[in-house]
Amino acid sequence: MAQGRVLVIGGGLAGLAATMRMAELGVAVDLVSLVPVKRSHSVCAQGGINSVNALTRQQGDNEWKHFDDTIYGGDFLQHQPPVKEMADWGPRIIDLMDRLGVPFNRTPEGFRDQRRFGGTLYKRTAFAGATTGQQLLYALDEQVRRYEAEGRVKKWEFWDFLEPVLDDAGRCRGAICQDLVTMKFHAFPADAVILATGGCGLVYGRSTMSMVCTGSAVSRAYQAGAAYGNGEFIQVHPTAIPGADKLRLMSESARGEGGRVWVPRKSQDARDPREIPEAERFYFLEERYPKYGNLVPRDIATREIFDICTTEGLSVEKDRLCVYLDLTHLSREMLDRKLGGILEIYEKFQGVDPRSVPMKIFPAVHYSMGGLWVDYERSANGGMEEGAVRNQQTSIPGLYAIGECDYQYHGANRLGANSLLSCIFSGLFVAPSIVSATGSKPASAESRLFEAALRRQEQRHESLLSKRGGDENPYALHQDLGSLMTRVATVVRRNEQLVAAYGEVCDLEARWRRCSLSDSGNWTNQNVVFTKSLGDMFPIAKLILKGALLRDECRGAHFKPAFSMPGIAATDPVEQRREAEQWCDRFEENTRKWLKSTVARHGADGHPQISYEDIDTSLIPPRPRLYGLVGGDVIEEVWKERGQRQATGVAAKAAVAVGAGV
Amino acid sequence: MIQAVSPSDAEHDSEPHAAAKTVHVRVLRQDAPGQESYWERHAVPYEPNMNVISVLQKIAERSRAEDGRQVAPVAWDCSCLEEVCGSCTMLVNGRTRMACSALVDRLLEESPGEIELRPMSKFPVVRDLKVDRSRLFHALERVKAWVPVDGSYDHGAGPRISPEEQEDAYPLSTCMSCGCCLEACPQYTKIEAVRRDDESEADFEQRRTAAFDRGFIGAHAISQAVLFNGHPTGRMIADERLASLTAAGGIQQCGNAQNCVAVCPKHIPLTRSIARAGRAATVWAIKKLFDR
Repeated sequence: MAQGRVLVIGGGLAGLAATMRMAELGVAVDLVSLVPVKRSHSVCAQGGINSVNALTRQQGDNEWKHFDDTIYGGDFLQHQPPVKEMADWGPRIIDLMDRLGVPFNRTPEGFRDQRRFGGTLYKRTAFAGATTGQQLLYALDEQVRRYEAEGRVKKWEFWDFLEPVLDDAGRCRGAICQDLVTMKFHAFPADAVILATGGCGLVYGRSTMSMVCTGSAVSRAYQAGAAYGNGEFIQVHPTAIPGADKLRLMSESARGEGGRVWVPRKSQDARDPREIPEAERFYFLEERYPKYGNLVPRDIATREIFDICTTEGLSVEKDRLCVYLDLTHLSREMLDRKLGGILEIYEKFQGVDPRSVPMKIFPAVHYSMGGLWVDYERSANGGMEEGAVRNQQTSIPGLYAIGECDYQYHGANRLGANSLLSCIFSGLFVAPSIVSATGSKPASAESRLFEAALRRQEQRHESLLSKRGGDENPYALHQDLGSLMTRVATVVRRNEQLVAAYGEVCDLEARWRRCSLSDSGNWTNQNVVFTKSLGDMFPIAKLILKGALLRDECRGAHFKPAFSMPGIAATDPVEQRREAEQWCDRFEENTRKWLKSTVARHGADGHPQISYEDIDTSLIPPRPRLYGLVGGDVIEEVWKERGQRQATGVAAKAAVAVGAGV
Repeated sequence: MIQAVSPSDAEHDSEPHAAAKTVHVRVLRQDAPGQESYWERHAVPYEPNMNVISVLQKIAERSRAEDGRQVAPVAWDCSCLEEVCGSCTMLVNGRTRMACSALVDRLLEESPGEIELRPMSKFPVVRDLKVDRSRLFHALERVKAWVPVDGSYDHGAGPRISPEEQEDAYPLSTCMSCGCCLEACPQYTKIEAVRRDDESEADFEQRRTAAFDRGFIGAHAISQAVLFNGHPTGRMIADERLASLTAAGGIQQCGNAQNCVAVCPKHIPLTRSIARAGRAATVWAIKKLFDR
């Protein structure tokens, strides 16, 4: 049995999967969470979890294709070995969750049912109604409760992670956390610290994320020296329900089960949508993307919905941008059985029954593809080496990151139903690495390290509490930050706006220093906790903006019109080929320049220092992402010919080399 | 450049309360455990589509009571804001429910003029509307609400399950541990343990857990026991669950008031679960009698 004590921060899918696996391997776990772990944001995931399955396999699917879809969907911005490993683990993970009692929907014969999700042509997505995230989380929560009852796990719920404690050599030796009820600080010495703290949606004010997704834990690790990867890649989900306090998700599964997106052809057609005849409806995704239809990858669906409302002026309403997501042609019985959970949300919050009236939806910030930079060790078969100490380790030795808060699996755009997989996978997979890391060296961090860190945190806390007479309101500042980020760093990005926004964020940060607290008490003070996390949003906002500013290209969710590569305009075949050749030249040049991870480090001056890291694309060579591009078929043809020429060229050279050797 | 849909330009100009402009709120506050509670009035500008969460967010932002006094923000729990995490349970206009799905327009129809917010009464108040529901989670441990798998190593798929069984189990599995059923239950009474000065943290925990163990287990946990006793692997420890369901604080304490099922925000058939558990417990008790 392994020994040691590990601190896990965050009890969503990733944190719970890691905790369960480590407890099983004999490691004692302290599990810290802002909320009771059963209330973590993973509960909001709706649609399902992807994996190759018995059925798709017989239709020609395999792990490699799932891997390829994920890489292609992510526009090649991921190191490939970890993604390959994840796709390989998919079937095992679904089986495991099935054994843990997740009530997956069933076929008449009693097998797990699957549905189709975006960015693939196979029905890979297993689901439990439309609350799959909730069901997966509960299954892991139950297993962790079982280990807790056996004394192998200790939960610290309503606790906030404040900083990792590093020794003189820069190794993480534990962390400082705060009790959100008593406001007391506590030092947690640990052999390793694992961050599983999710995304940073609150940097955008309102998003589909829960109120705990502030990004503050990740920001604190970043400010302590951990590198942050691909921060500018933020997924904007195509379909959400606008709301005053939150933009509630309307799952991709609504389209996976046959939901259709449309707008009236006549702008702001005042008729009841049900009265508008088929011929006067514009099913723009189906028309423009005949192959994938309503299930194009999310970045593309989002841009199309955004454009149809803004550039093309076809928003359903004049003052509020939205399009129809229509389920009314589907049977109520099927809808209740497969989508009940999300339809209830719409009905409850909008007061309209989506089974009989088309929903009105619009894109919303949804997922952080970027996150803490983490390492991996490549295995002989091109995957990840199980148990290697480097797997999921941040740039700070001893500090690990898993789940949405790492940057590793989704590149420039995440495919629907891949996040639940990456969370559970990284959680399970990190455990043996932690065992390897803790087995060798017992933790003997000097107490002075913890004392100094505790003093630092107490001082930060006291100085916030004692701030009187400041003229700034943290809640109002947060709204300003959110609208600014939403305006400049979501669907469409322009350099002049990003430059200006960076300055504005710095101003907001300066104003934050003048925040006055309305609660100076030391008992369950949510005011100071919020203000603290707001302060930690600025470094993240800055690295998102700077990363976006510097990246002069379009890739996945990062779209800059000034650098877009439009399709082919010519109609004459010869001219078309010439344009396609030029297009491919430009694509190759862009790949050389920009197919790199953005790596941000927190500078001493408070500004992010950006560098770039090459990507391991050794398993699947990068190719143009041509979903629905005009002239895409010609480009694809030219691209394939180039590939063949290159392959023959390499073979010819190899033959020459062999000849010379003789 | 997603346009933040500002609530003011939404489509509800014709709403009955749009003219009211101000929402009046009465909050029952308490600064800490053991302190006196007190009422405080707030007024926030009305917006279409508001829910209780956005009202509380505005109260926090203003930090002023209706009379203009500066006050600390009201403390409350919330997270997902879409009624799936179970955090934001409170008494809204006297009824236990989730603050996120409590829409202001409907509340004002229920009781024009003012919205009343109180903390749940069956759990100790931590501060204001925030209560300590650890007893609720402890009850899940009491009934061993988990599938006792060998471990996480690969053993292939789980058992085959018919669509009917899945459709039976799924609703029970959507229980989000919000505690509405417990708040509404006449048999569920508050247990508030206070740590003594001479008591260590560990001794206090032990004493508190013992008190929880004597208290009524609650509809949510009974329903979870039924869920796991219905699962092909889960039922391998069915007897252990039935033992805890028939121990002190068990299912025999249920008075069949049926309030639980009436207030459940997820419409979980809790009384059906209780009936099933009751039958199973009786059969089990008789069997145990003969096995002696």
